[in-house]
Amino acid sequence: MIGIIDYGMGNLHSVASACAYLNLPALISSDPNELAQCDKLILPGVGAFGDMEKILRETGLGTWLKNQVRTNKIPLLGICLGMQALFEKSYEFGEYEGLGFLEGEVTCMEPVRFHDQEKEIVLPVPQIGWNKLHTSTSFPIYGTIEADPYVYFDHSYLAAKWNPADLVAYAQYGPYTVPAVVMKENVMGCQFHPEKSGVTGLRILEWFGKEFCS
Amino acid sequence: MLTKRIIPCLDVRDGKVVKGVHFVGIQEVGDPVELAKKYNDQRADELVFLDITATWQGRKTMVDVVRKVAEQVFIPLTVGGGISSIEQIRDLLSNGADKISLNSAALDNPDLITQAAKAYGSSCVVLAIDAKRMPDGSWHCFKAGGRVDTGKDAIEWAKEGTRLGAGEILLTSMDADGTKQGFDLDLCKAIKNEVHVPVIASGGCGKLEDFAEVFEQDAADAALAASLFHYDELSVMDVKEDLKKKGVEVR
Repeated sequence: MIGIIDYGMGNLHSVASACAYLNLPALISSDPNELAQCDKLILPGVGAFGDMEKILRETGLGTWLKNQVRTNKIPLLGICLGMQALFEKSYEFGEYEGLGFLEGEVTCMEPVRFHDQEKEIVLPVPQIGWNKLHTSTSFPIYGTIEADPYVYFDHSYLAAKWNPADLVAYAQYGPYTVPAVVMKENVMGCQFHPEKSGVTGLRILEWFGKEFCS
Repeated sequence: MLTKRIIPCLDVRDGKVVKGVHFVGIQEVGDPVELAKKYNDQRADELVFLDITATWQGRKTMVDVVRKVAEQVFIPLTVGGGISSIEQIRDLLSNGADKISLNSAALDNPDLITQAAKAYGSSCVVLAIDAKRMPDGSWHCFKAGGRVDTGKDAIEWAKEGTRLGAGEILLTSMDADGTKQGFDLDLCKAIKNEVHVPVIASGGCGKLEDFAEVFEQDAADAALAASLFHYDELSVMDVKEDLKKKGVEVR
């Protein structure tokens, strides 16, 4: 059973629908007792880092989650803001502590000027749309999905100063190398929305549900 | 970089997809879930649902529509039309919408944009602008489904809206809408040059070449069309094949 963590800030219905579509048993809950029965966890997330940090801290879900992941070795998938939560800290509207499962910090993308095919343009921020996922053989499902598939991104912040050893796929957005899939031991993160990325996204979710750490 | 997006738009009234021309003369064209699945299979990049129901009951129906579509279609869904409160936004986002678009309510209460962006992030907030050209060459924002001229300059409003927190502009040319004469390139460029967020061109698309034109002229990041796709005059796939041939990056 996959536990989709409900802390009031995520597109839970879409993640749950994708699991149902893939025949992956899943429940949505904010109750640690209920979530403790799940052998995998998903931390979705839409919104601001500070709000998420506050809710995870005040509800105790953050501490509980750290214990599940570190001590009980429960596999965790963070999606979008939920992936950003996996890092040490974030500078979104202030400075906030992350869950600290992965090295790195979350910073803002700036609407910088850059050259794209000989034209100077201002980078649109947020990054909203389908970008190419550059995968390598370190991506465990490399070869079973389309090569360099497109996936759907929707974010204004991104992880920086990450450990290259944790990176399994990235996307290039103007001058920014956006870490798109990160993995370390029983922790996995997707900056894009696998539940909104068509067949490629569904395959990645299915892989997490059926094969990651299994 | 990002691909250019092709977005079928579904105007929904009382749970059914309908299509009007020049904002009037409405006809029913089908079931939202079936149409959404069809476009997903054609590799649409995203879907926009505009709730054109004016009643409270109809709005409740819209939440159900989104919920049902999100159970079967795994691409981004944007919902707009009659959204005027944070509670409505929360209801839609928690039932499967990925983004919401604000139009009249944002004109009446610009702070709603900021509230929504603070609560759910700018990337969830689309500012929809219905613009019409004035005799002096400027464009005014219209509200209430294109019935009321607010007198507000569309370019200024786009700039202000993004400053307030909108992460995307859904730009409908009321002059081009329903004409099938192509997107309003002047309007699109005028707005796109002034904002740093993605711009979705809407209104006027009538043939395959219209999509390539709006992208080749760098007038938009995404293109939206309704009747062309509903009546199977073109499939999203046809449009993408044509764009690929012309060197425009698509999914």
